[in-house]
Amino acid sequence: MKQKSSLIRNDGFQTFITSIICIILGLIVGFFVLLLINAKGAGKAILAVIQNFFQYPSFNAQLKYFGSTLAKTAPLIFCSLSVLFAYKVGLFNIGAAGQYCLGMGLALYMAICLQCPWYLCLICGIAAGALSGALGGLLKAKLNVNVVISGIMLNWISLYGMNMLLKPAMDPAGKDTFRLVNKAKSAVLPTLGLDKIFSNNQYVTIAIPCAVLVAVIVWIILDKTKLGYELKATGNNPNAAKYCGMKENRNIILTMAIAGGLAAMGGSLYYLSDFEQWNVNANAVPAMGFNGIAAAFLGGLNPIGCIFSSYFITHITMGGGNVDLSHYCAQIADLISAVIIYLCGFVLFFKTLINNSLRKSEERFTEEERAAVKAADAAEKTAAEAAKNPEGGNE
Amino acid sequence: MVLLLQYTLIFASVLLLVALGGCVSEHSGVINLSLEGIMVMGALGGALVMKFLPYTPTTNFILNLGYFLPVLLAAILFGVVFSSLLAVACINLKADQTIVGTAMNMLSTALATVVVKSMNTALNPDDHSSEIFYGKAKEAFITNIGKFELNWFMIVAVILLVVVYVLLYKTKFGLRLRACGEHPQAAASVGISVFGMRWSGVLLSGLLGGVGGITYITASGSLWKFENGVAGFGFLALAVMIFGAWHPFKILGAALIFGIFRALGNVHSAINVFGWNWDDTIKLAPNVYNMLPYIVSLIVLACTSKNSKAPKAEGIPYDKGMR
Repeated sequence: MKQKSSLIRNDGFQTFITSIICIILGLIVGFFVLLLINAKGAGKAILAVIQNFFQYPSFNAQLKYFGSTLAKTAPLIFCSLSVLFAYKVGLFNIGAAGQYCLGMGLALYMAICLQCPWYLCLICGIAAGALSGALGGLLKAKLNVNVVISGIMLNWISLYGMNMLLKPAMDPAGKDTFRLVNKAKSAVLPTLGLDKIFSNNQYVTIAIPCAVLVAVIVWIILDKTKLGYELKATGNNPNAAKYCGMKENRNIILTMAIAGGLAAMGGSLYYLSDFEQWNVNANAVPAMGFNGIAAAFLGGLNPIGCIFSSYFITHITMGGGNVDLSHYCAQIADLISAVIIYLCGFVLFFKTLINNSLRKSEERFTEEERAAVKAADAAEKTAAEAAKNPEGGNE
Repeated sequence: MVLLLQYTLIFASVLLLVALGGCVSEHSGVINLSLEGIMVMGALGGALVMKFLPYTPTTNFILNLGYFLPVLLAAILFGVVFSSLLAVACINLKADQTIVGTAMNMLSTALATVVVKSMNTALNPDDHSSEIFYGKAKEAFITNIGKFELNWFMIVAVILLVVVYVLLYKTKFGLRLRACGEHPQAAASVGISVFGMRWSGVLLSGLLGGVGGITYITASGSLWKFENGVAGFGFLALAVMIFGAWHPFKILGAALIFGIFRALGNVHSAINVFGWNWDDTIKLAPNVYNMLPYIVSLIVLACTSKNSKAPKAEGIPYDKGMR
C-alpha cells in the first residue's frame, strides 16, 4: 500500500500519467473530428494514424518504414531538446523553427554549392543556428526584447534568407534543391551499417544515435553539472541568481545559443541524410520547430522523455499520411498533436487534481489508521478487522 | 503611389485591429499569443460566408451592406469562440499562457486546413486543396474612389479604434479591466471580478483578431489557401502593440509605419513618381521585400523594449490566495 502511494506521488510518474491522459484525449478529439467529416471510415482512419507502419503486411516493409519514422524523429528530438533547454532557463524558444531552417540552409549550401564534406556542413549549420539563438538572447538580455516575438521575427527572416541563399542550389527540374546523392556525395551522412538493419533504408544514418546521445548529454548538463544548475537558477529567479553572483545576461545568451545550436543541428543532420529536399519557394516556416514545442511538453520537459514523445508525434504525423484521402486529409495528425499540446498546458492543473485527491484520501486514511491503532491497543482481535478498513476506505 | 497608399492602409488596418486585440487582452492581464490563430479562424468564418452566400454584383449600398454584415459577423463569431479556448485555459485553469497560445496557433491552422480540405473533398471528390475560392464576392465591400479602392474594413478599423479607446480610457469598465492587468489582487479587494474582466478582455481580443483575419485575406486575391495561415501577421501585430506602448492611438501610428514596409513588398514595382522608378534605383530580391517587415520590427523592438510600459500583472494567472 505504501509503495503504491509513493509511486503515484512521484513527480516523474505524475508527468508520465498526465502525458498519457493528454495523448488519449487528443486522440479522442481527433476521432470526433473524423466522425464529423465522415462517420463511416472514421474508425479505420484513426487506426491508420495510430498504426503508421504497422499497417504494412510484410515484416521487411514494416522495418523499412520504421527506419523512415526514426529518421524523421531525429530532427524532432533536436528541436524538442532546443525548446526544453531554453524553457528550463525560463525562455520560450519559439525560434526553433528558424534555427532549424538556418541549420538546414547552411548545411545544404555548403554541401551543394561548396562541395564540403558532411562534418563541415554540420558544423557551419550548427554555428548559424547558435548565432541566431544568441542574437535572440542578446536582444533579451541587453534590450529586454520579448524572446517569443523576436523568435518569430527571426523565423521569417531565416526562412526567406535561406530561400535566397539556396537559389543556386535549386534543381532546375523542380522547385527543390538537388538531391545530395547526385550532386554532393561527400556530404551525405555516413550510415555506419545502420541502413542494413532497417531493410536497406539508406536514410537511417548516424543522425538517429546522435539524437539519442545529445539527449543524454543535455540531461547530464542540466541535471548533473554546475553550469546546468546556474542556468536553471537563472530561470527560476533571475534576481536571486544575480545576487548569488551568477552572470544573468551571460546565462541567457549562452542558453539561447545552445538552444539555437541544438535546433540547427537537427535541421543540418536531417537534410544531410538526404531524406527530404528543401523547396526554395517555401512560404511557410517548417513545422518541425513548432512540433518540437509539442514534443518538449509532452515529454514532461525531460530530455529522455523527449525521445519518446518525439517518436510518438512523428509516428502519428506519418500515420496521418495513411488515412483514406478520398474523405480525410493528412493534417488530421497535426490537429491531434495541436490538441495534445493545448492539453499539455493543463499539466499543472491535472497534477493539482491528482495531488488534491491524494491528500483527501490520505487524510481519510490516517484518520482511519489512527482509529485502527486505538482499536489494536484495545484488543488484538479487532486489529485484524481494522487493518481491512483503510483498504476499504481507499477504494 | 495610390496603390502604395491603398496597400499601406489595408495592411495597417489589419495590424491595427489585431494589435488592438492584443492590447485589450494584455490590459486585462492575459498575454494573447494566439492572435495569429484567432486571425486564421476569423478569416475562415468570413471566407465561408463569402463562399456560400451568393453575391450578385451591384452598386446598391444597402444590398452591399447586407452582404458585408454577415461576413463581418461570421468573422467575429469564429474569433470570439476560438479565443474562449484561451480564456478557459489561461484564466480558469491557470495554464501557461505561452504554451496555450502556441498550441492554439498550431490548432487553428490544422483545424482550418482539415475543415476546408474535407469541405472541398465533400463538394468535389477530386479536390484536395486547402483553398476557399470566393471569387468576386469581396467586391461587395470595396468602393472605388478614383483609382483608390476603399475597403470597408478600413472604416471598420477606424471605428473600432475609437471604440476601444473610449472603452479602455473613458468608461468604468475600462478602468476595471486595466486594474486587473496591473494589480488583480487590489482590483479583487474592491469587489471587481478579475475572472470576469479577464474573460471580457480575451473575448474582445477574439472579436478584434477575427475582424483582422478577414481583413487580411480580403487584401489579397480571390481565394485563400488556409494551409499557410496568416504568415506571422498576428505576431507582427504584437510587435506593433509593443511599439505602440499598449496605447490605442500610438498603436495606430505604429501600424501605419509597419503597413508601409509590408505594402512595399506588394507594390514596389509600381512606384513611379515624376519619372523616378523605384525598381530602377533600388534593386532588391523579392525575398528581401518578404523579410523587410520582420527586420524592421526586430529593429524597432530592440529600440523600444527597454522602457516597457507593459501591464504589470500580464502573463501571471490570477490566484486569489496571493495577496
